Amino acid sequence: MTEPFSRRNTLKCLGLSAGTLFTLSGGILTTMDPAEAQTQAPLFLQISDTHIGFNKEANPDVAGTLRQALDKVGALPRPPALILHTGDVTHLSRAAEFDTANQLLSQLKGELHVVPGEHDVTDGPGTEFFARFGKPSGNRGYYSFDHQGVHFIALINVMNFKPNGLGALGDDQLAWLKDDLAGRSASQPIVVFAHMPLWTIYQPWGWGTAEGEQIAGMLRRFGSVTVLNGHIHQIVQKVEGNIHFHTARSTAYPQPQAGNGPGPGPLVVPPAELPGMLGVTMAARSLALTDSTLA
Amino acid sequence: MKLFITAFALVLGAQAAHAEDVSILIKNFDFGPMNVTVAPGTTVVWKNLDGEPHTVASADGLFRSMALDQNDSFRFKFDKTGTFKYICSIHPNMRASITVK
Repeated sequence: MTEPFSRRNTLKCLGLSAGTLFTLSGGILTTMDPAEAQTQAPLFLQISDTHIGFNKEANPDVAGTLRQALDKVGALPRPPALILHTGDVTHLSRAAEFDTANQLLSQLKGELHVVPGEHDVTDGPGTEFFARFGKPSGNRGYYSFDHQGVHFIALINVMNFKPNGLGALGDDQLAWLKDDLAGRSASQPIVVFAHMPLWTIYQPWGWGTAEGEQIAGMLRRFGSVTVLNGHIHQIVQKVEGNIHFHTARSTAYPQPQAGNGPGPGPLVVPPAELPGMLGVTMAARSLALTDSTLA
Repeated sequence: MKLFITAFALVLGAQAAHAEDVSILIKNFDFGPMNVTVAPGTTVVWKNLDGEPHTVASADGLFRSMALDQNDSFRFKFDKTGTFKYICSIHPNMRASITVK
């Protein structure tokens, strides 16, 4: 019993060499050692904040860094069969940006699931996003599916902002989530993924979700819960009971730490430092997560 | 083509007639000035100076820009009187208002 917990608590943050790897061991999601990834297929790959279309000083070639990340994942002897993109696929929600992103992401053979970030729906209804990725959810943005015994839940928290700037699910989605979890065995591992952090990391910058406490309340009875987000372009994590919260790096550009500067914009770093601040996340079968950078 | 030229001329004409456009700069995740009062018929022009995109989206749906990249602008002409609150829909903690009277 203590072993999986200790594994969960020793998440490794690596360079953008492979991504965060999550594995499921004894029903507990833990990060995966890159050496493990050589012999065992990861349960899934998480990619986040690709921001295709961004071309400023912080990274003039975001397509190039995404390609670099995908090449490293593709070079694994057993690449992941499941890929989760936790949003901000594009920078400005433009059709051409989505097309470029799709073309790049299609080089991975796994099944791709995408939740939108606020950059993907700047037009309001998210027309370009849902035209491409809306099918599994019937254009609602939230849905669930099972993969290798794990229950995956995709949530959308970027179209219903609260006046204080926090993301929100809204009542319909919250009711759906309650139904989706009702009657489910507490021993089934749960993975929840959404763009904005589902717990409050820093309210002044809107780094959180208004119904975070209610969501955590619904998940608390489960033995293994992994909550994956993007949005903040850096790794922040915490473990609360059986719930493991984790935010992923971006493949495009880093952002400042909470409260450091006027706002959560692109952080310009010396070019040599950039690859070490970009990356992806992979989950081993044990649901152990491994974050790897591009360095 | 002829239609296009006519439309273009009208746009130029309209711009010339409104030398008194009011300008709001979006900088460091703030609208500046944050609360502005204008006369009916005034065109307000927002320009984003940040490296991060922003939008201009009114609470009541009266106006909404696309994502404004760095140095992009958005214009809206205010005819109705009233106070119009708006936010950046990408960073909804950025809030401001236009009062028309």
